[in-house]
Amino acid sequence: MKQIFDAIVVGAGPAGCACSFTMAKAGLKTLLVERGKFPGAKNMWGGVFYGPTLNQLFPSFWQEAPVERYIKRHRLSLLTKDASLSAEFTAKKFGKVPYNGFSLFRAKFDRWFAAKAEQAGAILASGLQADDLLWDGNRVAGIKAGGDELPSSAVIACDGVNSFLSEKAGLRDKLSPRDMKQGVKEVIHLPRNLIELRFNLSGEEGIAWEFIGSFTRGIPGGAFIYTNKESLSIGVVVQLSTLAENKIEANDLLEEFKQHSEVATYLAGGKLLEYSAHLIPVAGSAMMPALYTDGFLVAGDAAAFTLTTGLTLEGANFAIASGLAAAETVIRSKQIGDFSQKSLSYYPELLKKSFVLKDLKTFKKAPHFLENPRIYSLYPEIACDLAEKIFTNDGKPRRKIWKLLRKSMERKISFWQVFRDLKKIKKAL
Amino acid sequence: MNPAKVEDKLAVNKFDIDKEVHIRIREDICKKCEEHYCLYACPASCFKITEDHITFSYEGCLECGSCQIVCDKEAVDWALPRGGFGICYQYG
Ligand SMILES: Cc1cc2nc3c(=O)[nH]c(=O)nc-3n(C[C@H](O)[C@H](O)[C@H](O)COP(=O)(O)OP(=O)(O)OC[C@H]3O[C@@H](n4cnc5c(N)ncnc54)[C@H](O)[C@@H]3O)c2cc1C
Repeated sequence: MKQIFDAIVVGAGPAGCACSFTMAKAGLKTLLVERGKFPGAKNMWGGVFYGPTLNQLFPSFWQEAPVERYIKRHRLSLLTKDASLSAEFTAKKFGKVPYNGFSLFRAKFDRWFAAKAEQAGAILASGLQADDLLWDGNRVAGIKAGGDELPSSAVIACDGVNSFLSEKAGLRDKLSPRDMKQGVKEVIHLPRNLIELRFNLSGEEGIAWEFIGSFTRGIPGGAFIYTNKESLSIGVVVQLSTLAENKIEANDLLEEFKQHSEVATYLAGGKLLEYSAHLIPVAGSAMMPALYTDGFLVAGDAAAFTLTTGLTLEGANFAIASGLAAAETVIRSKQIGDFSQKSLSYYPELLKKSFVLKDLKTFKKAPHFLENPRIYSLYPEIACDLAEKIFTNDGKPRRKIWKLLRKSMERKISFWQVFRDLKKIKKAL
Repeated sequence: MNPAKVEDKLAVNKFDIDKEVHIRIREDICKKCEEHYCLYACPASCFKITEDHITFSYEGCLECGSCQIVCDKEAVDWALPRGGFGICYQYG
């Protein structure tokens, strides 16, 4: 078959959209293949979108992109069965241009982003799945999709966490459940004014609220509530291996979480609009596949470019930045007429200069640290217990807070162990 | 009242169900398996156990890939449904 395309991008998530937009804009004949009926149809997330990279691509993108609310407040709560301890951060800055983050729906956002790539000249084929790679000797020479062979000089795998293409290209092994977190989420409709009243928001302001605590039953992970214009996104995110080993289903944890007295009041009267699930690659650089081979590059979740610090989870911005780096690499390859592995080694060079590989390096030890089960049950328990002791007035003489803390820790954990965990924080975070 | 059970939650989702089954399990292996991680890993409760027998229904599959990753016996033959079919998120 005649080669029509310089580059074929598989997957119209943030990585694939950014990548195909950039290549098409530079004049490369670009095909963007998406298996969903439309871009975003297969994609779910939390989520909060952090904007700087996209803002460089499309200045003031929030004026045209389908964002829900800008995140004005960040709240973190530690939950035990019947108590809760929270901290909240808000700053005037977060309410001003260029904003810090946005809640948004992927079924809408990815569609918008893919249309941008189309406008730049890329051809979007929705409802089409890349089934296999096309080989020319050791070189990837295109894809097989829908019974057709589609040749191209470069294939960029932006096919998300399960990336079958990078497996087929021999760049990674079978994924491990320990390196994965499973997210399950509900979108719950609530009237706008009720959301604003309940969460103390006005206008387009939103809140990103993270939770850790007893509801995950010691499984590494947590829960979130994000406000949209007229709905809440509420979900739990838990390590896949521990979930299965403990014979627990994520939906049961989500239900337990939703029924927590501190949470339930915020959801009251809401109506379920959608239930969704997706995996997140969370082991960072430890699980990163080889990033390229002859005629082939991997970007976004397919390359495990996500960052979790326990308090934040980011992936969309990493996907975009890596998609851009892949695009730049392919554009250069086109100019010099060389798509070999050697030529594509420009890709990791670019990633090393950007936050993508820098952040993964900085937080190299975070994924392992975050597997410590004490973070998810024991420490929230101690914190809530101490708070309860501090705030309770039982009519008896007071004791020093230090002594209360010792009491809260009694028979649960030694100061020595706490000290050791704290030391690990320093290394990991 | 909002549903609490997975089956009922899935009913609000939009699916374009393919006639072709995209996931198959190797029942001979599943029979001998003691862990049955798939039962718990599937967020759409697609796996069910009856006596010593695992059954799988693909219709409610959310295409997350958990079952295949969690199965250490490689008994889940997981493929994506054909392009355009399967879950079709309206929000995501
Ligand atoms: C529960 C949860 C919460 C999250 N929260 C956040 C958050 O708050 N902030 C944040 O920044 N990130 C968050 N993330 C991570 C973020 O969603 C991902 O990092 C990001 O979507 C990765 O983008 P991507 O383009 O690499 O992959 P995806 O967005 O997964 O896109 C891959 C695309 O490829 C398509 N595809 C796959 N295989 C094929 C094929 N063979 N042929 C054709 N098309 C194919 C898919 O349909 C999909 O459209 C969260 C993730 C989850 C699961």
